[in-house]
Amino acid sequence: MRALGAAFQRDLALMWSGGGALAPIGFFLGATMLVPLAMGPERTLLASAGPPLVWIAAALAVLATLERLFQADLEDGSLDQMLISRAPLELLVLAKGAALWCAIGLPLALAAGPAAIALQAPLERVPVIIVSLALGTAAFVGAGLAGAAVTAGVKRGGVLIALIVLPFFAPPIIFGAAVAGGKDVTAALMILGGCALAAAALGPIAAAAALRLQAE
Amino acid sequence: MFAFMANPARFMAFSSWAAPLLLAAALALFAAGLPWALFYSPADYQQGETVRIMYIHVPAAWWSMGVYAFMGGASFVSLVWRHALADVAARAAAPVGTVFAGVCLVTGSLWGAPTWGTWWEWDGRMTSMLVLFVTYLGYLALWAAIEDEEKAARLAAILCLAGLINLPIVKFSVDWWSTLHQPASLLRSGGSAIDPAMLGPLLTMAGAYLALFGALTLMNMRAAIFRRRVEAAALREARA
Repeated sequence: MRALGAAFQRDLALMWSGGGALAPIGFFLGATMLVPLAMGPERTLLASAGPPLVWIAAALAVLATLERLFQADLEDGSLDQMLISRAPLELLVLAKGAALWCAIGLPLALAAGPAAIALQAPLERVPVIIVSLALGTAAFVGAGLAGAAVTAGVKRGGVLIALIVLPFFAPPIIFGAAVAGGKDVTAALMILGGCALAAAALGPIAAAAALRLQAE
Repeated sequence: MFAFMANPARFMAFSSWAAPLLLAAALALFAAGLPWALFYSPADYQQGETVRIMYIHVPAAWWSMGVYAFMGGASFVSLVWRHALADVAARAAAPVGTVFAGVCLVTGSLWGAPTWGTWWEWDGRMTSMLVLFVTYLGYLALWAAIEDEEKAARLAAILCLAGLINLPIVKFSVDWWSTLHQPASLLRSGGSAIDPAMLGPLLTMAGAYLALFGALTLMNMRAAIFRRRVEAAALREARA
């Protein structure tokens, strides 16, 4: 348990000192900014298309953080330390995912509030968009852990990670867009929570299996 | 069967007659099924002649999922038992499944244009088929990106097993989101809803696709094994 806490703190500290959520949020807001430039500033059009596009921008922002997630650990030997630790690798990876979600996912969900308002989402729907994105980024991180671990040994694997991980982003996006669109919100939120739990449970297992191979 | 196939020499002996046999079976079934489906089967009372696209489309859809399930099984065997040929089999099957999925998407689009009045509709079945296609591409790209072949095989196996989650989604998406794409008509409670005159050519085509998949996979596997042998011989030569 202490090892997990230490791993969580270490990763969180590393992510914060590396700029934290600054770059992903900047990317997220920049991508959101392009939406009205591309679609034109018409209110009704933005109100229907804006919130789903916030979801896409958030998915891409999470994607952009994945490439270096395990590569640094692989290069500097931290991964070997994780492997010989008595704590199970799966849980250490889960701690890393939790740190990534705290450093990137949660700030992204909060930043989605102002972004959605700027894209003309109705004010009363903003809290539910934030909650749904907090769940959705957790699902993205879970799937992203596996994708990042599988490609950790590949130099310049950014596009490859995207290709591998994007299909797994489909289910949370489907139900996240349903929440953002205001249709059947409770059911969609519950399924979204299910996606997040499944990704948090299965992602670390697949990632740990891949990391054991990477370290050989 | 698994243990028997784990010996590459025995596999090569088996596949040296099985691959041409399956290829001949595939050619014979296509030779029978294509004219039957395209010329001698009845036109649909609603869809007219466009129903003939279904004989290409439906088997491609079935076997693109079937091939992925096969790859999932092979990946599992490869990871759990370190079976010598299972990863070769999964890799050999992947291009076949990719092409089947691509054929399914293209023919579905061609059929949808006159029948539904749209080339593409973002309903559950089509979207998850596209997801399956992208999953195939990711699998092949991962394999191509990692130089160490043994490592690539096992990492790709992990990815393949994770992608299996998509298969039930493809299968049941039509029931979950009842939208444009029609639900299953062959394997459903209450028996097949297809007229026997159409079922015959459909099943013949499905058999042809299956035989073609078997033949191409075995030939791909043989090529991979030959390549390994050539590389090993070149290594021995270089050391001597």
